[in-house]
This record gives sequence, structure tokens and C-alpha cells, in this order.
Amino acid sequence: MNKADVLVLKNVHTYYGNIHALKGIDLAVPKGGIACLIGANGAGKSTTLMTVSGVLRPRQGEVFFEGRPIHGTTPEKVAALGIAQSPEGRQIFPRMSVLENLEMGAFLRRDREGIQKDLEWVYSLFPILQDRRNQLGGTLSGGEQQMLAIGRALMSRPSLLLLDEPSLGLAPKIVETIFETILEINKRGTSIFLVEQNAQMALSIAEIGYVMETGTIVLTDRADALLENEQVKKAYLGE
Amino acid sequence: MTSTGFILQQLVNALFLGSIYALIALGYTMVYGIIELINFAHGELFTAGAFIGLIVLSALQSVGWVDSHFILTMVIVFAMAMAYVAVLGVALEHVAYRPLRDASRLAAILSALGMSIFLSNGMMLSQGVSDRAYPSIFGAEGITVMGAKITNGQIFIILLAVALMVALQLFVHRTRLGKAMRATAQNRTMSRMLGINIDQTIRITFIIGPALGAAAGVMVGLYYGAVRFDMGFIFMIKAFAAAILGGIGSIPGAMIGGLIIGGVEVLWAAFLPSAWKDVTTFTLLILVLYFKPSGLWGQGDVEVRV
Amino acid sequence: MIRQEIKKLAVYSVFLAILILPMVGFRTTHFEAGRAFKVLGLFIAILVANFVAKVVRSRRGEDQLQKVSLGDRISLRFAEIPKIYTLGLLVAVAAVFPLLADNYMIDVGITCLIYVTLGLGLNIVVGLCGLLDLGYIAFYAVGAYTYALLNLRFGVSFWAALPAGVLMGMFLGCVIGYPTLKMRGDYLAIVTMGFGEIIRLVLNNWDKLTAGPNGLFGMQKPTLYYPGFHDGGLHLSVYSIKTLPALYYMILIIALLTLVGIRRLNDSRIGRAWVAVREDETAAELSGVPTTWLKLLAYALGAGFAAVAGAFFAAKLSYVNPNFFIFMESCIVLCIVVLGGSGSIPGVIVAGFILIAVPEIFRELQNYRMLAFGAIMAIMMVLKPDGLIPARRRRVQMAERRQLAGESNE
Repeated sequence: MNKADVLVLKNVHTYYGNIHALKGIDLAVPKGGIACLIGANGAGKSTTLMTVSGVLRPRQGEVFFEGRPIHGTTPEKVAALGIAQSPEGRQIFPRMSVLENLEMGAFLRRDREGIQKDLEWVYSLFPILQDRRNQLGGTLSGGEQQMLAIGRALMSRPSLLLLDEPSLGLAPKIVETIFETILEINKRGTSIFLVEQNAQMALSIAEIGYVMETGTIVLTDRADALLENEQVKKAYLGE
Repeated sequence: MTSTGFILQQLVNALFLGSIYALIALGYTMVYGIIELINFAHGELFTAGAFIGLIVLSALQSVGWVDSHFILTMVIVFAMAMAYVAVLGVALEHVAYRPLRDASRLAAILSALGMSIFLSNGMMLSQGVSDRAYPSIFGAEGITVMGAKITNGQIFIILLAVALMVALQLFVHRTRLGKAMRATAQNRTMSRMLGINIDQTIRITFIIGPALGAAAGVMVGLYYGAVRFDMGFIFMIKAFAAAILGGIGSIPGAMIGGLIIGGVEVLWAAFLPSAWKDVTTFTLLILVLYFKPSGLWGQGDVEVRV
Repeated sequence: MIRQEIKKLAVYSVFLAILILPMVGFRTTHFEAGRAFKVLGLFIAILVANFVAKVVRSRRGEDQLQKVSLGDRISLRFAEIPKIYTLGLLVAVAAVFPLLADNYMIDVGITCLIYVTLGLGLNIVVGLCGLLDLGYIAFYAVGAYTYALLNLRFGVSFWAALPAGVLMGMFLGCVIGYPTLKMRGDYLAIVTMGFGEIIRLVLNNWDKLTAGPNGLFGMQKPTLYYPGFHDGGLHLSVYSIKTLPALYYMILIIALLTLVGIRRLNDSRIGRAWVAVREDETAAELSGVPTTWLKLLAYALGAGFAAVAGAFFAAKLSYVNPNFFIFMESCIVLCIVVLGGSGSIPGVIVAGFILIAVPEIFRELQNYRMLAFGAIMAIMMVLKPDGLIPARRRRVQMAERRQLAGESNE
């Protein structure tokens, strides 16, 4: 195991009932870097993130976070270790205000001043959230909900941020803003594990890329190399 | 004799009965909101509160505290009843509901029903089959407003009910745990990913809901002057109707629903044959569920979650 | 592990003391220490027994997950026996029972069979179609009152009143079923409970028709006509079913007919469609299963069987009053269905026997009957949510669900 990796998955098998969703995944996210996982719908990308977060328990294999095994740990303990996720479908609390949603992100923190500072930081990343802070989460547009989901994840001051398809269903302009923000978050030292269908965008900001097909990793390489890879070009970049 | 005074009198009665239904309905709505289960034993928790209130009040009366330290007596009576029932609620959740969290809905409902039968019969065996008289401590004094007589007891109970509901609103909206409770009710998996301990949150729900029910039980005992082991059943159906009317899962909804059910019942009994008032309430419940299953102020998605 | 268990034991005991001592001990200001501590002692004894069992098991090093529980083994063994033998044996035992038993036992047997019939009827609604019904006893009441009223007011005989009662029950079944078609789960529970109460209250309040809480009495027993020679010619003789053994055989035949009818329904297209509705209503609807119609049918048929049982009950007792039909009765019938294993016919029979006959036999414990009843219901759900004899279709799902539960951290 490379010491410089914040998250390592080794031969992870996860099942949904009898469906073998992950068939032996090996991957690593470099400390302070960005890794991305690309693949088609239903390849098992979200399952991978849910396994990391502890919502799903792998039947076989190991997950290490900062060198410590976390497979079989409950989601709340995973969160306490410093892993935050902006999950598939955003999972905003619909009947809580934007501000309350963000506060929930900082649920485990007790440092009032620090929370306030991070809140301002999130507002500076996504100014629209400040304007909407008293609106109910369920009334936001898709793009705003995405920003809120990322903002909420940031409020826990995670050392690893898991992002599940932040570009899904958003206008190209907003997608650009969000990816710029992801880079900005990364610059503050947060490691990022990004799951995307938008391979072009994801690979252009990541260091390492993984390509997933029906529960297995079929390609692993530096992100810039993957961008040039013929197979990837054909299947995911639409060239 | 439909004078202004009479109507006003009925309105006060409705407000009184409505606040009691609201307090009980809150317990349903909170539990349902967080684990999507009708706590069938809630009516029994309410009755247990009334019995403990009776025991504590009788004890304090026998040492003369009711006359010498009235406020303190009331505080102790309500606090003890609420604390006891909170413990009972937590025990209930631990024994009968927690193991079934991932089981089928039917299993959970039946477990709740079983606990309801168990508790109701346990109280029958230990406290007797017949009505148990509550010490009457309020007497008939009160104030008269425009021909309507409002007794001190009514005023006290309405004020206390309102205070409890305000406290609940503050808890749920202003405190960390209260917000965690709401978050858990809205999205359990996401809440866990944010570090919220679901077991703890559910436990708190099973402290607050039953405690409010217990307070309602003591109020009923104080006001009607009697408790009986099976009185929880009828209150349970009506409070549940209130919870649904207001949109189950919604705390303000439960309060408003309670007032509506109380109002309908009191007005019906005042002007129409009172033997049929329960039939009216149940019919109202069914009509609401039929025409507006998410309740009058429901959150729309409830039906989907069911 | 033992240390943890001891700690748990201590905590639970403290909680039990807090809960039991005040509620059981105090009668107003008088504290009955003996009673309170006896009850507390009993509960703690149960805890200790459980603790000992756990320790013994862990000493033996048995892996609980690997082991098939005793109950599972029994029910699997039961399932291996060819159906026809079990059924034949049951019928044989039931048939000779009145020859061996005294009147009291026969009476218990009759009660048992009434509840089995009710259980089989409710099984259609709850077990097959997956609709929770907490007001089922209302249809039993409707059957009973229809016969009572027709017989007392118009002198209609039992056999003529029976179809009327059944139609009435089925009609009300549809009336109640219709508004609940859109509802699921818990709402259904509360609405059916409300309906059950409405019917009971109507019977209780409508003095002019039903004589209110006093009830109706003096209904005739059912009669049979059989040909015979006397007075020098062929005549129809009348036999009145009024002795207990005769009534017993009558309800036995009703129960058997119900059983056969439900079996046939179960194996028919309708039965499979019901299961489809139960498992996934949306999918069933999309595959062209007429879900609305099927649910109404389930309610109507369930109600019809209950009405038959009700008419029999009214005729047997010659007396009905609204208090026979309280909510608790609905709970008991539901408990029979669920305890037996929703959808399972042998389960209903076994559970009906356990829940009705056993408490009757141990009469001294009558007071504790409902207490135990509630506790058993909750404990069963926690330990064996699929019932004593799970329906075959369920067993597969059980295995799947267990796997799922092991997988998810939820």
C-alpha cells in the first residue's frame, strides 16, 4: 500500500441481495489529489462510494482510509473519521432550510467559530446558497441542490470528499462552475474521489482515472493518459 | 339556548379537548415521522401516564402538599408521570420495535399491537378493571367571560399544553438533537452519512413523544376525575385521526389536527346526539384519508413513503 | 462477552424495577410490596434464564447464525409430510373429538373452529392479498346481526338468512374496501380499525333496530330436513341442530368448506394474482393484473366467510350484543393469521388452536390470557416474523431477506 494514498480499496466485493454489484475492485485515491471513476450507468460507481461510506458492507475485500481498515464500519463512524459524501441524487433534506442543511453537514463538529468560517467559505464558493439560505431545500433547482449537497459535505471539513456525479442533469455553464469549485476545494488540501459519467470533465481535473464496467475496473491510468486512450475516447468521450 | 356564552363555552371546551388530542397526536406523528410506524401502544403510554400521575398526586395529597405547595405539586406530578412514561417508551422501542426495523411493515405493526395489548392488560391487572378516581384539586372556581365559565383547571391545562408544544417546537428547530431528529425523519441514510447516530435519535423520539402523551394522560385524569386501564384506545384513535388530518410526520399539523378533531367532537356533542360523536370522528378520519391521504397540510410524499 | 451480558442484565433489571414497582405496587397511596416484588422477580428470572441460556450457548461455542433454529426445523419437517396425510389426520381427530370430550370441551372446540373459520377468511385479505385489516370482526358482527334480525323480525330460517348475511357482509366488505383501495400499510390499518368501530357503534347506538347494548336474543337454532317414513307416508322430518355435538359438526363442516374454498382460490389464477398484488402492486398493475378489482374481491370474500361464521355464532348462542365485536376480537383473529404465518393455511389452524383452546383449558390463568397474548404477539414478531408455519411462497423470500439484512449496514 502506498503511504501517499488516503483511500485504498482492495479486492472489494459488494452485493445487493443476490446481485454481485462490485466484483473485486482495486483502487486508490492519492492524498491531497483527485481521483476519478468513470463508467456507464449501472457500472457500480455509486455502489463503490456507498461501500466506502459504510452504507453497504463489502462481503469480501478491504477498504483502508489513511491506512486504517474501515470496511464494516457504520456510516456514522466513517463520517466521524473525516469522509464526507455528496451522494447520488443529492439527498438534500427537503423540509429543512438551506442553512439548516449546511448545519447538518457540520453535525459532528463543536467548534462554533470554525463552523461559521466554513459556512462563509461555502457561501463564497456558491453565493447563490447565501441568497437562498432561508428557503427549504426541496424548493431549490437541480443545480442549487447540487451546490448545497457539495456545500453540506464540505461543512464537516472532510479530509476526503466523495462526489457522486456532480454534473448530472445540470446545464453546461453550471457544470463548469462546479468543476472549478472542485479544483478550489482540492487546493485547500481536501482529497477528492470523483465519480462521473462526464468523462471529459472528470479526467481533465483528476490525476488518476479508473474506468469501470459492470462491477470491475477495466482500466487504470494517469488521467491525462486516459484522455488520450483510444478505447476511452471511443466509449466515453464520444470521439 | 345557543347564546354567545354557550358558543364561547363550547369553544373553550373544544380548545381544551383539542390540546389534549394534539399532545397525544404529537407522539404518533413524531414516531411515525422517524421510523414510519404507527405506535399502537401510544394510547397505553398515555394511560400509564395518567396512572402514575394518580399515584404521585395521591401521595402528595396525603402529605398535604396540594394545598401548601400547589405549583410544586403539579410540577412533580407531571415530571414523574412524564419521566416514567419516557422510560417505558424507550424500553418499548428497545424490546419491540428496534429488532424489527428492517423487517416487514406488517411485523412491526403487529409487534406494536401486541405491546399495546400487553400494556393495557398489565395495567388492568395491576390497577384494576374499574374507573379509578383522581383527587379533584381544581374545584369549580374559575372566571366568567361573556357568560362562558372557564374553570381554573381548564386554564391551567390549556396553558400547560401550549407551553409543552412551544417547548417542543423550540427543541425541534433550535437544538442540535432536534435538528438531527428532523433530518433522520427526512432521510435516514443521508443522516447517517453525516454522522448522526440513528439509534440515539430514535431513542430521543421515544422519550419526547411518550412524555407528551403522559402529560396528556395526567391532564385527562385531572379534568375528568377518573382514569381507566382501557381509556387509551379511544384517545388513540382520535389522536391518530388528528395526526393524519394534519399530515402525519408534521408537528404543526398534529397540533392543528388535534384542535380540529376536538372542535368537531365538542360541537357535535353540543348540538347533535352525542352518542354518535365518535362515529362522526371516525367517518371524518376516513373521509380525509380518502380525499386527501397526505392530510390537510401534509407533505405530499408521505403516501409514497408508506 | 459474559461481562457485557452481565452489565446488560443489571441495566435491564434496573429498568424493570423502575417500570414495574410503581405501576404494579401502588394502589393510590397503598404500596403492595409483595405483589410488586413478585412480578419484578418473575421478569428478572426470565432475564436471568435468558442470560444463562446465552452463556451456555457461547460456552458450547455454537454459532447461532449457522444453526437452523428449532422452530425452523419443526416447520420444515412439518412441510415435508405429505399434505393429504396431515389434513386427513386432522379431520379424523376433529371428527371423533365430540365422542370423547365432555360438553365443555366441545364448546371450546366450537369456539376454536369459529376462530379458525374467521382466520381463514381474514387470511385472504391479509395473507394472500397483503392488506392489513384491523376491523375484520365487523363482518362477523354483520353476519350475526343479519341472522338475528331476519329471524326475530321476519321469522326467516337460518338457511334462508345465511345467504342474506353473506351478501350483506360482502356488500359491506366492498363499501369498506373501496375507499381503502388507494391506501397502503399503516393508513389501511387505522381506517379498517375505524370502520370496525363505526359498525360496532352503530349496532350499539341504533336502539330501534338492534336493541342497543342489550342485544338481541331468542333466535332459532338451524334446522335440517330429512326424508323419513312415518304416519304411513314419506314426509320431511325436521331436525333442529341444538345439541353441542350437532353444532360442533355443523361448524366443522363450515370450517372445512371454507378451507377447501380457500385452497382452491389459493391455487387459482386469482390466488396468484393476489400474491402479485401483495408482493409488488405497481408491477402487478403494469402487467395487466386488475388490482382494484382483486382487492375488492379479497375484501368481499373475506367478509363473506366472516358473515357465515357470524350467523352460526348468533344461531348457536341465540344471543348477540355489540360487545362481542370489540376491537380486541379483530386483534385476536389477526393474531391467528399472523402467528400461523401470513398466507399459510395449516398455520391458521394451528394458531387458532393455540390461541383459543389453550387459554380456555388453563382457565385459572384466564386473567392473564390477554396479557400473555399481547406479549406472545410481540415476541413472535421479533423472533419469528414469518409465523409458525410460513407459507411456502414466503420461505424463499425469508432466506433472501436474511441475506440482505446481513449485507446492508442500514
